[in-house]
Amino acid sequence: MDYSILVGGAAGQGLDTLANILEKILKRCGFYVFTHRDYMSRVRGGHNFTQIRFSDKEVYSFKDQVDLILALNKESFILHKDRLKEDGIIISHEELEADNFIKLPLKEIKNKIKNPKVLNIVGMGAILKYFGLPLDIGKEVLESSFKKKYLEDNMLALLAGYDLIEAKYKLPTFKDKNIIISGNKALALGAIAAGCKFYCGYPMTPSTSILTYISSKANEMGIVVDQVEDEIAALNMALGASFAGVRAMTASSGGGFALMVEALSFAGILEVPVVIVNAQRVGPATGMATRTEQSDLRFVIHAGHGEFPRMVIALRDPEDAFYQTARAFNISDKYQMPVIILTDLYLADYSKTIKPFDFSSISIERYIDKEVGGRYKKYEITESGISRRIIPGKIEGQIVLGDSHEHDECGHITEDPDLRTKMVLKRMRKLEALEQEVEEPWLIGNEEAENLIVCWGSTYGAVKEAVDRLNEEGLSIGALVFGDIWPFPTNKLMKLGKRAKTIIDIEQNATGQLDSIIREKTPFGADYKILKFNGRPFSGDEVYSRLKSILG
Amino acid sequence: MADRYELHEPSWCPGCGNYMIRTALKMALEELNIKPHEVVIVSGIGQAAKMPHYISVNGFNGLHGRAIPPAIGIKMANKDLHVIVESGDGDTYGEGGNHFIHGIRRNIDIAHFVHNNQIYGLTKGQASPTTAMGQITTLQFDGVKVEPLNPLALALTMGAGFVARGFSGDIPHLVGLMKEAIKYKGYALVDILQPCVVWNRVNTFSWYKNRVYHLPESYDYTNKEEAMKKALEFGDRIPIGILYKVEKETYLDRFDFIKEGPPLVDVELNPLDAERLMEEFR
Repeated sequence: MDYSILVGGAAGQGLDTLANILEKILKRCGFYVFTHRDYMSRVRGGHNFTQIRFSDKEVYSFKDQVDLILALNKESFILHKDRLKEDGIIISHEELEADNFIKLPLKEIKNKIKNPKVLNIVGMGAILKYFGLPLDIGKEVLESSFKKKYLEDNMLALLAGYDLIEAKYKLPTFKDKNIIISGNKALALGAIAAGCKFYCGYPMTPSTSILTYISSKANEMGIVVDQVEDEIAALNMALGASFAGVRAMTASSGGGFALMVEALSFAGILEVPVVIVNAQRVGPATGMATRTEQSDLRFVIHAGHGEFPRMVIALRDPEDAFYQTARAFNISDKYQMPVIILTDLYLADYSKTIKPFDFSSISIERYIDKEVGGRYKKYEITESGISRRIIPGKIEGQIVLGDSHEHDECGHITEDPDLRTKMVLKRMRKLEALEQEVEEPWLIGNEEAENLIVCWGSTYGAVKEAVDRLNEEGLSIGALVFGDIWPFPTNKLMKLGKRAKTIIDIEQNATGQLDSIIREKTPFGADYKILKFNGRPFSGDEVYSRLKSILG
Repeated sequence: MADRYELHEPSWCPGCGNYMIRTALKMALEELNIKPHEVVIVSGIGQAAKMPHYISVNGFNGLHGRAIPPAIGIKMANKDLHVIVESGDGDTYGEGGNHFIHGIRRNIDIAHFVHNNQIYGLTKGQASPTTAMGQITTLQFDGVKVEPLNPLALALTMGAGFVARGFSGDIPHLVGLMKEAIKYKGYALVDILQPCVVWNRVNTFSWYKNRVYHLPESYDYTNKEEAMKKALEFGDRIPIGILYKVEKETYLDRFDFIKEGPPLVDVELNPLDAERLMEEFR
């Protein structure tokens, strides 16, 4: 069992509301759900669509073909009709020339419910009926989704839609054990679980939903959320908060991250922990605000003037987003080093059913000293490169001096050549221990594979579906999906790379940035690259067919 | 051990106004009985911004123009700390102009001492945002072609609750201003006129000395219109003192959990506290 529903319309037609409710109903029916959101950079009009896939088996990507299209405008039909399966149906209130078309009687609905805004929910009622899904669960989710004054109309709409058509399927339901969450909300929740108490940011798609989510929990969780004047302020402010002892984070997309770059370099020499999220979108410059890309990998690895250590973690799915974000704070505290989390628009927005997060598995490790003997030195030169950390104001008689200049052990400006050399080496030594604790990439498929895929971040889901399918078809194929990506973990790749006859790099950028890192750090390089940079994410189907065309 | 204010040898030029500002700062802190570990001086880049290196308090010597954002972060993280921003006219009004404006909007409880010598010192004599129109500098060979920024008038229009001007050559007066600014609940701007003995041959010590005058006892610093008149008075006579001071709700007070709770930095962290947030995703 594996069905996909596409809901399309203009911005402002309630697509988001519909998708959020429908995905929850399907989840409550016990299905595994995957919701992919495709939207334009505008507030009203245009064409947006959401694809909701559900199955009795776990799903990791969206499908190229769909079983049902709910077209809230004509354009949705024209743009997507070719993706409809032969036995699929289209539901719309528009006059469409299509087979298997069910027309929503808009006039009758308007007579019955004096609210034109509920068309989306009428459509949803029809969808539930079509698949033979229990109306009760639909009502239950609706009740928890609408404020009282809107509930009645929407309930009527649900029933109107439900009565409209005949059921084609009678799908079984299962016990629901999961949560459904987007990448950005999972990331934000991971930060809150890790004790992030200071979050500042400037709105920029696709990072804004992190800011919004944390802000919505700010009072309840005691988190300061500051909408800053610009991203320059964002990172500098986060560094101030962290210097004073609270866990701090900021997020933006590539353009905003670019404004943070001076402060990123500062974080490197200041040696104060901070977590920075870059939710990538299409670049360069403004690029395409609501489209996805993985083109900032090289940028975040090298961003900042001068040389300093950092860690970069790429997120692979919402579950990974939660746990890795929480982990990022521990690493940042341990090494007093900026940790950059790299996600992208696709993962930021798609939601997926996953096991509930295990909050008891999250540990908070601060590495803060409550007392020091003698005079405290913020930049004491140590074997590990890590100096002791105290919080300013917390120990009488001890002061903390953080500095953006090259400095001596106490933080005072220096131009001494020997001290300068020692300080650079001290900072860079922190990488030695970090290199030992970076996590190796996830392996999908066959460890002894002849064909080895390398990829990173959000392409995980599409690659997993493709690789699993090809393995079932008897192909010898495996994939390494990088999460920790800087310092670059090489152990697994060294092992698998030796066995593989063919290496294929899959990335959402034009230049194959991961491949170039692999070439820099290992003796290997990709024989083939599957690259995509049109702003749209890979589906599992697309990766599958592109791999097929290479591997035969 | 820093339980008293130690001074370190500065790299300022002999005769620089920064020495007197530092002296005033030390006196203000001592007279307020604030201990060195209870203060953080946040600065950007420039000669003034080296202050955290020359007096033994907690220091955060950040990036050029960027002193205000970290100062906000520090104060929000630990409301018990006295946060002071020390920076120059270029740092504050030029590179950091955006943060200056938006910092005022927040009204966060920090004292901001701007060392305003109307010139760029560390980069050797270029015009600053407060250099007078027409003044010849090491860069503006035929004179500055843009209007100077009026920091006090700007701060007043932005709604700052404490706006003052001092002069590095009048230490007792400056100590008083600094004490008032540190005690003030909210954002307190003290623009401190100081000579740059090397690069500003116009606004010299005697230039300032001959112009500054104390606001009279009878001056009503709660009258914004009067304050604006005084802010615009910058010519043959320059008033020094508190131009404007009113009580206002501070940024911290708008966060109930900070106002009524412990400093953020003292909050115990427990991942399980967030577990209930997962309910909405079920």
